[in-house]
Amino acid sequence: MALDSKIPSGPLADKWTKHKNDINLVNPANKRLIDVIVVGTGLAGGSAAATLAELGYNVKAFCFQDSPRRAHSIAAQGGINAAKNYQGDGDSTYRLFYDTVKGGDYRSREANVYRLAEVSANIIDQCVAQGVPFARDYGGLLDNRSFGGVLVSRTFYAKGQTGQQLLLGAYSAMNRQIGRGKIKMYNRHEMLDVVKVDGKARGIITRNLVTGEIERHSAHAVVLGTGGYGNVFYLSTNAMGSNVTAAWKAHKRGAHFANPCYTQIHPTCIPVSGDHQSKLTLMSESLRNDGRIWVPAKKEDAEAIRAGKLKPTEIAEENRDYYLERRYPAFGNLVPRDVASRAAKERCDAGFGVNKTGEAVYLDFASAIERYGKEQAYVTHQDANNAALVKKLGQEIVKTKYGNLFQMYEKIVDQNPYETPMMIYPAVHYTMGGLWVDYNLQTSVEGLYAIGEANFSDHGANRLGASALMQGLADGYFVLPYTIGDYLSHDIRTGPISTDTKEFEEAEKNVRSQIDALVNNNGTKAVDYFHKKLGKIMWNKCGMSRNAKDLESAINEISDLRDEFYKEVRVPGGEDEYNEELAKALRVADFLELGELFAKDALTRNESCGGHFREESVEEDGPQKGEAKRDDKNFTFVSAWEYKGAPKDAVLHKEELTYDNIELKQRSYK
Amino acid sequence: MKLTLKIWRQKNAQAKGQMVTYPIDGIDGDMSFLEMMDVLNNELINKGDDPVVFDHDCREGICGSCSMFINGEAHGPDRLVTTCQLHMRKFKDGDTITIEPFRAGGFPVIKDLMVDRSAFDRIQHAGGFISINTSGNTQDANAIPIEKADADAAFDAATCIGCGACVASCKNSSAMLFVSAKVSQFSLLPQGKVEATDRVMNMVKQMDEEGFGNCTNTGACEVECPKGISLENIARMNREYLSASVKG
Repeated sequence: MALDSKIPSGPLADKWTKHKNDINLVNPANKRLIDVIVVGTGLAGGSAAATLAELGYNVKAFCFQDSPRRAHSIAAQGGINAAKNYQGDGDSTYRLFYDTVKGGDYRSREANVYRLAEVSANIIDQCVAQGVPFARDYGGLLDNRSFGGVLVSRTFYAKGQTGQQLLLGAYSAMNRQIGRGKIKMYNRHEMLDVVKVDGKARGIITRNLVTGEIERHSAHAVVLGTGGYGNVFYLSTNAMGSNVTAAWKAHKRGAHFANPCYTQIHPTCIPVSGDHQSKLTLMSESLRNDGRIWVPAKKEDAEAIRAGKLKPTEIAEENRDYYLERRYPAFGNLVPRDVASRAAKERCDAGFGVNKTGEAVYLDFASAIERYGKEQAYVTHQDANNAALVKKLGQEIVKTKYGNLFQMYEKIVDQNPYETPMMIYPAVHYTMGGLWVDYNLQTSVEGLYAIGEANFSDHGANRLGASALMQGLADGYFVLPYTIGDYLSHDIRTGPISTDTKEFEEAEKNVRSQIDALVNNNGTKAVDYFHKKLGKIMWNKCGMSRNAKDLESAINEISDLRDEFYKEVRVPGGEDEYNEELAKALRVADFLELGELFAKDALTRNESCGGHFREESVEEDGPQKGEAKRDDKNFTFVSAWEYKGAPKDAVLHKEELTYDNIELKQRSYK
Repeated sequence: MKLTLKIWRQKNAQAKGQMVTYPIDGIDGDMSFLEMMDVLNNELINKGDDPVVFDHDCREGICGSCSMFINGEAHGPDRLVTTCQLHMRKFKDGDTITIEPFRAGGFPVIKDLMVDRSAFDRIQHAGGFISINTSGNTQDANAIPIEKADADAAFDAATCIGCGACVASCKNSSAMLFVSAKVSQFSLLPQGKVEATDRVMNMVKQMDEEGFGNCTNTGACEVECPKGISLENIARMNREYLSASVKG
């Protein structure tokens, strides 16, 4: 099947308006005759479910958590971007569009990104109207901060809990519709297959996680807002339950999987403390507004720190290497995430790491505390030369900005970040890849849509900070509810979809036989054994730095591990009860397939772009020496993989990317 | 560290549960409480036993899934943390730790340490929202300035994670702290004031129907709340309720 991105014609800035005017609408009376399934209740799924129900469709929403409010969007910390230009610092729709395309290293679709920037301002208006308590200044107006890869302050925030507040906003909008009976909510349900009838997505098969019951659900269209697949690395900032299963089952039913190798490794996470580690915790990028990143300039100092003989606060200013400020003077500590992560790895690999394992750098707030303290002393007419007073006042300001993050750090690491610098290291955080979708957010299966992190569309090869929340809500509140209407307008006479058909029967049978096989497998190893092993392969060979030899061996290792999994896995307990090991086994089975496709995609893309760094493709001389080298001549395309059985047999389709409004340039943050 | 765990095991909602003792060794102070539970579960699986079921997801203190009653306290001995953020360094070698589910009439046990908190969702369905449709032409976000103190207080109330520690800690199994946090968030904001009367009446009615008890001001909920939600919210909800009742 040829890929048709269905990008509307006309000038960039008019495309979305024109498209909305051109597409078909469904009249209010007919919307009552149409059912839509939404899987996932994070920012994308939750906002889509609520909006579709408000429009009048009958929505069935599903989440595996015990409440829609617990979807992992809740954990997003720093903020949400919007081109409001409230700060009057030169922001505009075009600039947000430009920053996003550049930040994504010119591997995203212009038209989608422009639309995202265009609706961004509506999101803030909508959320404030819902009662989302964003941070405000003393004049009562909304406050902003700055994030990596941009030169303006366009990030709206609610302390370090922006994702929580936005999700609770979407959840409240859902609650209103659940209360009216327009959304039927299925908590603790996991989607295990998509059902296609006559080539169109017409339903899903789910497992009730409490009773083990396998259920059939039908609808006129199916929307996946099921998030990313960072947990293929085992350790990531994702929640324990975050998984690729819904997206992967869709892939197996014909939805192309795009750019699986584009992964965001976030520079500021709490370092791994030991083998017991079950997940990693992010320290918001917003901290880079005020924190300065450094390692000791002298190797012997780094060694002394690792041996516990020296404290970071004892190292004099001139013996510190603020390596981001040194290498990237224009953006400094606020370079994009991929750049910051690679720079941290480079210093640690060179022997300058600062924790026991040598895999950590410092994020230091001392100068911010002093700066804020002085300002506060002046404002309150106190002695700005009194160091102790300035420190105290400064700490108070830092606390109001990042209090919950500092508390979280202290609880985990058992060190006080107000007094000593934080230790941080990169960790898997977000996946830019996902299901391929066209401009309408429809996958390559008719009637099957993917929104939020589950699709691939807006972030190219690297996502800018505070843009995930923007994209999730843009897709769910403002894009999908329009574009899906065009498709559903053909279904006004279809009537209810029966689940009593051979297609549903076949899908249910498949699910049941997979579950039977796992539960009755007489293996000896727990699911986590395989998941951890997969994670190690992914991190070592498909992580921050990749090369052909490692990727080739990763493909074989993952394939072997998958065989071992089916032979050796042990799933205790039964099918008809709450059985977390069974749920985990079903998810890991899919990660074991996705991981292989991931490595294959990374191997095929023999260029460095965004979060995908190929050691074979670096700038060899000039001012950019050592930086990632893109290959626009050969790789300005989206890789969309078609399922053909084993992941290594997947077929590549290329969607060529064209840039009419932006000139492709070396991405320089120097 | 070597520890003795006494854990509530209950096969399903209908079954009778009991405390079961498990010795455990090799626990590191840097492990989180749930990572310690992972170690136990791995041992149980390797022995062919059923692992202990508990709710957990984000493991960074924000999703509100984890819900263990540890040594007689919701989320254990540390303050302002959820179970997933509690670290084993808070315990000593040789300690015996008692682990039970959050217990309340409104939170029936599903299995082992996992309880059904859907009553909280139903209370929110009754009025935990502002009735505004998604239109794309809502008025500009800065059209109504909001005093910083009010915005901050609304935010503080809104940081509730809906874990249910307040209910589990209350001798009356009252859900007043949870409900009042939502009522407060909206009543402090101009956008939420429009529906304030109906909201507080409907949410309180649903709360009562779910079988949660009354508040007798002991303050246990505030002490155990992992997010530090203040009792002031309950006072605010009572005022809102009173004025709503007078309005009729």
